[in-house]
Amino acid sequence: MLRIGVFVCHCGHNIASAVDVDEVVEFARKLPGVVYAGQNLYSCSQEGLGSIKKSIEDNDLNRVVVAACTPRTHEPLFRRACEQAGINKYLFEFVNIREHCSWIHAKEPEAATGKAKKLVAMGVAKASLLEPQEEGESAVIPRAVVIGAGISGLAAAASLLDQGIETHIIESKNCVGGLLREVAVIGPEDIDSRNLINSLEKRLTSSPKAHLHLNSRVKEVKGFVGNFEVTIAKGDEDITVQAGAIIVATGTREFQPAGEYGFDEYPAVITQLELERRLAKSDFAASRMAIINCAGSRQPGREYCSRVCCNASLKNALRILDKNPDAQVTILHRDIMSCGAAAEELYRRASERGVRFVRYGLEKRPQVHAKENGVVLEAFDETLDETIDLDLDLLILATPLVPPEDSVETGKHLKVPRDKYGFFLEAHVKLRPVEFATDGVFVCGSARWPVSARECIWQGQAAAAKASIPISEGKVRIEAITAEVDPDRCAACGNCVLACPYEAIEIVEHLDTMAAKVNEAQCKGCGTCVAACHNDAIQQKGFSSRQLGAMIDALIRTATEGTQ
Amino acid sequence: MEKKRVVVIGGGIAGIQASLDLADRGYEVHIVEKSPSIGGHMAQLDKTFPTNDCSMCILSPKMISCADHANVVLHTYSELESVEGSFPDFKVTIREKARFIDTDRCTACGDCIAKCPVKVPSEFEEGLSKRKAVYLPFPQAVPRKVTIDKKHCRMLTQEKCGVCKKACQAGAVDFEQEDAIIELRASVIVLATGFDLMDAAAMPQYGYGICKDVVTSLQLERLLSASGPSNGHLRRPSDDKEPRNLGFIQCVGSRDSKARNYCSSVCCMYATKESILAREHAPDVEIAIFYMDMRATGKGFQEFVSRARDIYGVRYVRSRPAKIQPANGDSGVLMSYETRGAAGESKTEEFDLIVLCPALTPSTNNTDLAEKLDVELDGEGFFRTPDIAHPVDTTGKGILVCGFASGPIDIPDSVSQASAVAARAAELISGGER
Repeated sequence: MLRIGVFVCHCGHNIASAVDVDEVVEFARKLPGVVYAGQNLYSCSQEGLGSIKKSIEDNDLNRVVVAACTPRTHEPLFRRACEQAGINKYLFEFVNIREHCSWIHAKEPEAATGKAKKLVAMGVAKASLLEPQEEGESAVIPRAVVIGAGISGLAAAASLLDQGIETHIIESKNCVGGLLREVAVIGPEDIDSRNLINSLEKRLTSSPKAHLHLNSRVKEVKGFVGNFEVTIAKGDEDITVQAGAIIVATGTREFQPAGEYGFDEYPAVITQLELERRLAKSDFAASRMAIINCAGSRQPGREYCSRVCCNASLKNALRILDKNPDAQVTILHRDIMSCGAAAEELYRRASERGVRFVRYGLEKRPQVHAKENGVVLEAFDETLDETIDLDLDLLILATPLVPPEDSVETGKHLKVPRDKYGFFLEAHVKLRPVEFATDGVFVCGSARWPVSARECIWQGQAAAAKASIPISEGKVRIEAITAEVDPDRCAACGNCVLACPYEAIEIVEHLDTMAAKVNEAQCKGCGTCVAACHNDAIQQKGFSSRQLGAMIDALIRTATEGTQ
Repeated sequence: MEKKRVVVIGGGIAGIQASLDLADRGYEVHIVEKSPSIGGHMAQLDKTFPTNDCSMCILSPKMISCADHANVVLHTYSELESVEGSFPDFKVTIREKARFIDTDRCTACGDCIAKCPVKVPSEFEEGLSKRKAVYLPFPQAVPRKVTIDKKHCRMLTQEKCGVCKKACQAGAVDFEQEDAIIELRASVIVLATGFDLMDAAAMPQYGYGICKDVVTSLQLERLLSASGPSNGHLRRPSDDKEPRNLGFIQCVGSRDSKARNYCSSVCCMYATKESILAREHAPDVEIAIFYMDMRATGKGFQEFVSRARDIYGVRYVRSRPAKIQPANGDSGVLMSYETRGAAGESKTEEFDLIVLCPALTPSTNNTDLAEKLDVELDGEGFFRTPDIAHPVDTTGKGILVCGFASGPIDIPDSVSQASAVAARAAELISGGER
């Protein structure tokens, strides 16, 4: 006997400002199978969840429909409330009347309310056919893989090892340290980068649980959270490692500004990393220098700010003055991005030490002209409102950090997304900065976005924390909403195998013939195989054809019979 | 085996994330939060840059996870009384201040609030509206229990009134309640004390407290919020009218040798966000942002600024305003500033509403905590983290820090630092490299 409860949320004014919540509740009360319909100011608050739980008990409900916001953030919460009240959490159905109604139709309250009713009718129709599902459990291999042994990867690996977790580190070069090897001193505190790299490397080499693979790259990744299989190509040899979690720390590289500001044309025009290399040597001699910030960034085509260049320019300007107190150093910039306390202090120190700051604009970019043993830089100073000429021994271009060439390949192996610039795209920019949407795969450091050495280290630790959670727990829950094959209807055509983006389906022997089989631990429940199947032989739990058909019927019925 | 314990001081987003990761990692976490609810400043924000995600919508599930997690114990309206011992065996004493409410009985039905005759400015609404002496700080508060503010309650100050007790059908009001002292042992302590907003009235040139139509950015955040005092309608305080134009002033007290030397790191971006939101709420309002350097260093930030400028028509003016004074009458303000370039001139422009972006300062509690825990603060009052190889370690062993308590950082950086704290605690407790 169906006993459905419907809870409609005001979300303060988020929903109630456009959707007539009373009307939706009244409508829901009359739908087939519904024995209770009510409303909450904030369904997700403790009070809201408490009232849902109480109502489940008081009304002996066996299906719950909440009409509120997005399942993306809130479904686990309501499912948990159902579970706590004794209902299988898969007997819960979520209807989104915020994004789909009140927000998108904010200025059409009647239409928004009408649509909310239709969506609720569909949700109730589906809820009537929901079946309880059970989540499985899968053991977690107590081992991690870190891809990249730059500063972020080293920090992640060192943290995992210190937590007692066996770790494989895969590095494409013949040494650890990554891009930071080319930077002698880390600003703003003037930390010796080699000491830092060595101290982290020591934590690896001193641990019997560390396996460092130099000159190696990822060849293939199979599996799922808790149970990955990573194939490492090391020279001619392939090594296979089983791991519970993977951390991507593939770092970044410096953009080479072909054709910009006379780079490639004049030997006196170099990049900031080349300046770092020259500053590390004892015979650095130049005395008249300018650094152009945002060379190749914050402009059409590469619009982003690369975050670390301003502070690097400030640090290097001071290092030049330390080596040669009579040097003339000019920083050409569009905004000085010295966020925080230490960096702002660096900016102040550079100003006090006589570094000249010239603000330029994109409309009148500095021009470089030839000169014997150097270049002449012609720049329009926005503050002075006039053009100045700088006679230079050396012109340094502070170019942005860009993703390494092989990040495309890495992304494909791991099936994780990248943004439009090629940096890896985290699960949520605000609250899940080191996680991917794919369970068990994490990201840190400049593989995600250009960051300072200090930030790389704490992000490495953060990714290690996330990776350590399933490993220390020893098991992960397996999604219950997966695809299911009816082997009697299956023609073993293989369409589903090709369609599956997670490689979760294979054709196996079934009785005396062949049929597709879904590996539930690998299946993400995306439903692609269901759509690809010609024979209607695959159903998605929680989204069966019958359930979806009932939703469509409910929509048509509501549209034709009205929503009163 | 008994679970190792971690005490987290501060229940804002940094403290919440650290607690959830530590709890998922298998440790027993005690959150000590001074106000009646966890959530911190993020709970006050309308949206978050650069995606304009609804702040409460993404925070609230995490707050509730804290309340629901089997490994998390909440001590709200509480303070760290004292700490003895050292890593890995701290003896921590927590004072849970009396709420004068039996929290086992309170359902936050609101009957007591409706009857309470005392109105005081709401901290959550940044003084823009009133709350009662018995109150729930905001609807999504965790725990969802009311608190009686003993400074303002008539019964507790003058021994007359008591209407809340009569109104409460659950019998939860208890005027005799005393502070509770809780003692526990912990392996690691985490400092996540966040920030305070600098008092803008301390800089009279900006007119705060002198002109009614000068507000802080956090006040504007509440004005823009659908659940705020104006239900999300953009209104200026003097006459409750929709402003025709709006000016943001950056670096109020930051990057200023007379106030705070440092850059607060987040103001350029939240001013940009608030500009976009203000235009969405009031499409005719003209917006100008007065700034020194536009700092857009995070993922998607520069694009966000371009969007504000090119699509929402926000005017970015590079100038540091010198003086703000009342315009004629009670409403509006006059702002004086210099334009740039060789032809720079003094200008005075009239604005219907001015929004100040004051320096974000370390919590004033840091001094007391630094003393109790014997850790060092830097010159500005942030907890020092001298070792780059261990960026969330303070100068005290087993005492970690995350979020704004370590220096000016934004929400994603606070969140990743919080996770780093969980890793570091696990490293220390596992007995790895120290």
